[in-house]
Amino acid sequence: MSDATLQRRASNRRTGIVALSVVGFWVAIAASGPFVAPHAEGNVVSSDVFAPISTAFPLGTDYLGRDMLSRVLFGARDTIGVALLATLLACFVGGTLALCAAARGGWTDAVLSRAMDALISVPSLLFGLVVIAALGSSIPVLVGTAAVIYTPGAYRTARALAVNIAAMDFIRVARARGERTTFIMADEILPNMLLPLLTDFGLRFIYVVLLLSGLSFLGLGVQPPQADWGSLVRENIEGLAYGAPAVIIPAIAIATLTISVNLLIDSLSSRRQGADAR
Amino acid sequence: MPRLIASRLAISLLTLLIVSMLVFVATELLPGDVAQAVLGQSATPDAVAALRSVMHLDQPGWWRYLTWLGGLLDGDLGRSLVNHIPVAQLIGSRLPNSLLLAAVTAAVCVPVALTLGIIAAIRRGSLYDRVAGVLMVSAVSVPEFLVATLAVLLFAVNLHWLPAISYGGSIHSPLQFFRVFALPVLTLSFVIIAQMARMTRAALISVLDSSYIEMALLKGARPVRVVLYHALPNALGPIVNAVALSLSFLLGGVIIVETIFNYPGLAKLMVDAVATRDMPLVQACAMVFCTAYLLLVTFADVCAILSNPRLRDR
Repeated sequence: MSDATLQRRASNRRTGIVALSVVGFWVAIAASGPFVAPHAEGNVVSSDVFAPISTAFPLGTDYLGRDMLSRVLFGARDTIGVALLATLLACFVGGTLALCAAARGGWTDAVLSRAMDALISVPSLLFGLVVIAALGSSIPVLVGTAAVIYTPGAYRTARALAVNIAAMDFIRVARARGERTTFIMADEILPNMLLPLLTDFGLRFIYVVLLLSGLSFLGLGVQPPQADWGSLVRENIEGLAYGAPAVIIPAIAIATLTISVNLLIDSLSSRRQGADAR
Repeated sequence: MPRLIASRLAISLLTLLIVSMLVFVATELLPGDVAQAVLGQSATPDAVAALRSVMHLDQPGWWRYLTWLGGLLDGDLGRSLVNHIPVAQLIGSRLPNSLLLAAVTAAVCVPVALTLGIIAAIRRGSLYDRVAGVLMVSAVSVPEFLVATLAVLLFAVNLHWLPAISYGGSIHSPLQFFRVFALPVLTLSFVIIAQMARMTRAALISVLDSSYIEMALLKGARPVRVVLYHALPNALGPIVNAVALSLSFLLGGVIIVETIFNYPGLAKLMVDAVATRDMPLVQACAMVFCTAYLLLVTFADVCAILSNPRLRDR
């Protein structure tokens, strides 16, 4: 193995560790945020709007004089929690249907794949707009919509993986043994595709975060006084002219979260390719 | 091959039909009565009943779907619930603006992205490739509204070079054209260039890994020549495919960008319609966007088929 390859692998590893710690940091914040926040989410605590960073308000205040640190801490729950829930739902439903399609083949596969293809050809933000136009915006609607939007993508990835595995000899052996379809799905196919599925989960999580914060930015996502990071950018956008931390901090929060998840996936999957090549 | 392409087109049409059902069902999900919602709480039962029959709400859902679909094919998209202007007229006045924005963005993105992607593939593993790789991943994972916000902060607020809002309508000089389009196009290009360059790099690299390229290098051809004359023609199909797929990202991007910069395009019309729950308008706009998306994806598929010699005999 050449020095350059080793060096690249080391730098890849470093990127991965940095990315992992940023992701871990935000997940910890999302889990603990509401409990450690110094003020309640909607409390106006200062007469000074768009205040800069100070000891009383470590991240300044927003356009109504609310404590920005508390808003960001609560926003972490609404951004990461909602997105995580929607992604879990999408990957679970998509993955189950994909396993079913791969294990049964034939008509099940054809009908499911056709339906998913139709669903995937509605651009995601557009689908969100249409559903929210009809149902109005609330957290359950947002979770459900995001889950429906990203189910077909999860289905496609999982099906592509599962079909390859379903064609292998040990699956034929399991069939000949007379195993039930559910056993073949869960005990024979699934364990062999877990790692790529995990990568896909990460990617889909980023898409959901981007979609939801985009909707919130349009004023169609999480509704006030609750706020995810997208709504925080939207409601404090006037502070842009004064360079207020109220608009810059949530923007940085979204960017660091999505970029680090993406870099983490990149470093994981390239390490796997490296392992395969050996 | 003609049969393969024909079946691909047939599948796209079928998909469009299913999509129209999806859009219709999604917009009919509204709990309660649309007529009641339009007229408000204080409406008399007579008025609600009258509006129901005008809106055909007293007929079954599948019948309304078929009437709506027939209207779509006929070019009759109904009237806006808010200002009673025919939907076709509203869309007709906004669509050219959106198409112009898309065309300018594509004209900027394609050459830049191809250059970046090809250079990254040629100098694979170099410092340029790795830095560009991280930057592209970052650009793809940042939401458009952040890019737009930062661009406004830099160019409109701090430097005063460009207006923060595009005023559509009359454009008389190239300078005016530039001022209106610079920020929206910059924002849209950011993500699309990154996506397109990544896919171009991947497409070219998979060709560069094949053994005939190794042969060309072994016989002493210069690397640049190998890439441009030996590898690129074979990677052209996947690259065109990548270009078309990346351009389909435009459809999500314009929704955000037109809203932020107040650009009078179709997406802004649709976002406003969603805010006022103007269903006929939402349905029609959604269908326009889905059709555009399907056209791009189908085009990408057909290019992939055409560029693969193994599929030619089918």
